[in-house]
Amino acid sequence: MRTSINQNRTPLSLPELRNLGTILRILLLVNGVVMIAAFVREERAAAISAAWGQMSAAVEPHLLFELLILYLLAPWLERAPYAVGATSVMALTLAVGLAYNTALAALFPDMTTGAMLRHVMFSLLIAGVLLFYFQLRAKALSPAITEARLQALQARIRPHFLFNSITAVLSLMRSEPRRAETALEDLADLFRVLMRDNRQLAPLSDEVELCRQYLDLEKLRLGDRLTIEWHIDNMPGDAQVPPLLLQPLLENAVYHGIETSSAPGVIAINIFLRRGEVHAILRNPYKITDSSHGGNRMALANIRERLALHFDAEASLQSKANRDSYEVHIRMPYRTYVESGDAHD
Amino acid sequence: MTEAPLRIVLVDDEAPARRRLRELLDDCTGALPLIVVGEAGSGREALHLLGTTPADLVLTDIHMPDMDGIELARHLLKLPLPPVLIFTTAYHEHAIAAFEVHAIDYLVKPVRVQRLLSALQKVPRLKPLSDTKLNRLPAAARRFLSVTERSRVVLVPIDEIVYLKAELKYITIRTADREFLLEESLTRLEEEFGPRFVRVHRNCLVAREAIRGFERRVSADGDAHWEVMLRGVTEALPVSRRQQFIVREIGRDASA
Repeated sequence: MRTSINQNRTPLSLPELRNLGTILRILLLVNGVVMIAAFVREERAAAISAAWGQMSAAVEPHLLFELLILYLLAPWLERAPYAVGATSVMALTLAVGLAYNTALAALFPDMTTGAMLRHVMFSLLIAGVLLFYFQLRAKALSPAITEARLQALQARIRPHFLFNSITAVLSLMRSEPRRAETALEDLADLFRVLMRDNRQLAPLSDEVELCRQYLDLEKLRLGDRLTIEWHIDNMPGDAQVPPLLLQPLLENAVYHGIETSSAPGVIAINIFLRRGEVHAILRNPYKITDSSHGGNRMALANIRERLALHFDAEASLQSKANRDSYEVHIRMPYRTYVESGDAHD
Repeated sequence: MTEAPLRIVLVDDEAPARRRLRELLDDCTGALPLIVVGEAGSGREALHLLGTTPADLVLTDIHMPDMDGIELARHLLKLPLPPVLIFTTAYHEHAIAAFEVHAIDYLVKPVRVQRLLSALQKVPRLKPLSDTKLNRLPAAARRFLSVTERSRVVLVPIDEIVYLKAELKYITIRTADREFLLEESLTRLEEEFGPRFVRVHRNCLVAREAIRGFERRVSADGDAHWEVMLRGVTEALPVSRRQQFIVREIGRDASA
């Protein structure tokens, strides 16, 4: 009998209520529904916008107030079992809806009970739809699927680098055996990381150490052509980041910025913490005339997708080609804890 | 019978790779008389070296700055006695597939001494690569055109070329400083370098970068035509009736 190996079904859980992506999705969805309702109710353009304004005025305060409460309760709600969490959200919707309508009724005595009931029903319905939507989304991004995608996104090192590095190590064997030993150890470490399971976040300091080993190997091949400038005094080494976040970018920097020129070049690495966000800026020399940037775009898309899977809208990756340099800027939230909800086997 | 040693030039932009090859060649000397007559860090350096130092064999990397191995191979053919050339490559799947198809010799890095030795032993029977074979390799556009002058290869950097003009059997390459004569087809050059050059006339390609503007000329018999004015040279070149559309196309960009 075949038993499924992937028994680790996602435990149901509420979305991260303090995540910008979640908040944006809720705002967009609710306002979208309001807009559709306005279109359904009225025919003439003027009436539609009037209805829309009226409904927004009724919905928005409720929505924002409830989001605020959810934001405050987030740590507790997210830890509670899903049934408790979901029920709490519905109960909260009901409570806020009733409280809000009671307040309104006090202000405008002509409000009917019918309108009040409609509002509460409407908000409960939308809350239910939202919970269902986040459930579907969580399933789509469930560890099994996310992990499959992350697996596919595992950074692949250029074979060209491996074989040239081995050649460089061989060239040291007879004359400088000790340097050859160090180089082989660096190569082993690099491949250990490349081949291991890289789906969980890891400390930034580990990534930087890996980059150093990688760059030592490149220096072995390229000698004086490669200079590295590290600016990492304000780096939060304990920040949790997707593994192999920077190494592929440095590999690109070497491949496109250093190897294409016989003149020496500088790769600058700048990592710092600012306003609760980790920034990493990599800069390398670059000539616009260089063609074949396909490999580079692929690496960027790969890292961008991994950032999105881990941090949603809270991380970004931007690249820009200047006249004689190329720059990649990564921004991500400063997190020191290991993500909950990740699959353990 | 004593053979003259095989004269070898090593070309690789990575010093460790050259050092490794030297060690391996040392290991081969027992089986085959050979001598490394020089090393170069790019195709351009190699060409310079081979202008003064004749060699029987060039072992060259493919992926190099300034001038890659495949372009080097093409320029080497302009030498009076072109050496045999064997590519060494770490990993260059497109090129390797093409080498297989066209039976071009190559060694993969890291190179094994046995493979190197058997390649060396074949050298006296090998001929330099033919131009037609090289043309079929998937290569980037050349960075230089090469012409032979007094049995030396002279390189003309592509970005110094102001215009290329076909005349009878030859193409005249015009740079700001002087002219060179080249034996190639204008159509092929146009294909290779794409948008860098603009065809202004059936027999003439001009560098887009060098275009200063256009002027309307009326000749003695009352015929009017456009002429293109170029940076770095005094002569203006006629734009043919068929290519007149470029006046508007580029004139607009130039005035913008």
